[in-house]
Amino acid sequence: MAPQTVKMVITGPFNSGKTAFIRSVSEINVVSTERKISSPAERVKETTTVAMDFGRITVDQDLVLFLFGTPGQKRFDFMWEILSEGMLGFVVIVDSTRPETFREARFIMETFRAYAATPFVVAANKQDQEDAWSVEDLRIALRLDSDIRCVECVATDREKVKNVLLELLDSILVEINKDSPKP
Amino acid sequence: MALKGDLHDFSLTQLLNLVHLAHKTGTLTVHGTNDQVSLSFSEGKLVYGQGGLTDGHLVSILRHTKHLTEEQARLLMSRPQANNDKELGLLLIHAGYLDQQTIVQAVQQYITDLVLRLFTWSEGSFQFFNGVLPPEDRITVHLDLQNLILEGARRMKEWETLQEEIPNLDLALKFTDRPDSRLRGINLTVEEWRVVSYVNPKNTIRQIAHTNRLSDVEIRRIVYGLMQSGVVEVVHLQGDTSPAGPRIMPIPRTPEQASLINRLIGRIRSL
Repeated sequence: MAPQTVKMVITGPFNSGKTAFIRSVSEINVVSTERKISSPAERVKETTTVAMDFGRITVDQDLVLFLFGTPGQKRFDFMWEILSEGMLGFVVIVDSTRPETFREARFIMETFRAYAATPFVVAANKQDQEDAWSVEDLRIALRLDSDIRCVECVATDREKVKNVLLELLDSILVEINKDSPKP
Repeated sequence: MALKGDLHDFSLTQLLNLVHLAHKTGTLTVHGTNDQVSLSFSEGKLVYGQGGLTDGHLVSILRHTKHLTEEQARLLMSRPQANNDKELGLLLIHAGYLDQQTIVQAVQQYITDLVLRLFTWSEGSFQFFNGVLPPEDRITVHLDLQNLILEGARRMKEWETLQEEIPNLDLALKFTDRPDSRLRGINLTVEEWRVVSYVNPKNTIRQIAHTNRLSDVEIRRIVYGLMQSGVVEVVHLQGDTSPAGPRIMPIPRTPEQASLINRLIGRIRSL
């Protein structure tokens, strides 16, 4: 029998580190549909994800977790709703060194929130860089509710990425326990 | 951790809100095209400022607030106390020239004028230096930021920014439950009071605007100011489907689901 599959969505603004995040924990080479960037305004890196990244973590023979990364460029936002269908939860990755992307991060967060009432966490990425805003400052800049977790992250560091995913899973558990009938 | 960026991406109103909410202590420097302003904060209160063509010393401040003539300022600058504001302040008080209240009000006025001038800057880079405070000899005050934040929002002209900040008028507002957010001490305009009187999780922003005959720009500006100053926050109404599109229902929360999540946790820990 085919294993049960569950999915998480990894989203965030352009160049926030979504592909690197998935690469850090995926057991397969991330299936990434990257293309050379054509717009000069977005040429801070050579390629970008135009459709989606796709990573996999096998739990056991009955259960597989898929990680779907959304395209960072706004013109591909029609993909978001499709990707969010049936997700366990989502991670919003924010480049802590680029305040010019915070407004967009908030928009993405609110959009996904409206698509599905699933838990999510914010990953404050690039915390190893000197210019990174602190998690506390990011919370205020992104106007996060007190119950939303904002976690330090370095997308290329497997342990940090694991910690973000564990925070998300823990948020989901909290939600489940909230909804479960009490004896 | 650095707190730096550009006013184009993160406005002064948002910066003051951040300093206010995080109770920050330190000095914010803003470099404009031809000018630089420094504002110092203690526990989220504005305590000192310096900028423009003035050196931020008391003589310059009193000259700015027209408590001294050019001639008087020049004479005072030749006194040995001129470089120590506190000593100079005492000298002026003991000489019966100015009282303490006038001096404090002059410093408050000078700092407020600096901030209001900063609100007119749309371009400029900023950096916040944690823990850095003005020299000991300077006269500091304690200005609450909420009124300045509201004033900043009132002066906001960019429609695009307002629309990005509050894209959806079909959301409701509620008063924040932070202990430091109080309406007491905040100077609201008549229109802002009208909006505040309708703040209720059952009323959408659009309904409040309609009742008070406010345009989209006016209601956005008022709500933005109230949000940034920490008076209100947005709440999602039940059944809100914005942005347009079908709402995807979450997967059912069952004990089996909890077991599945625990298996995922175990696996990720073992990676």
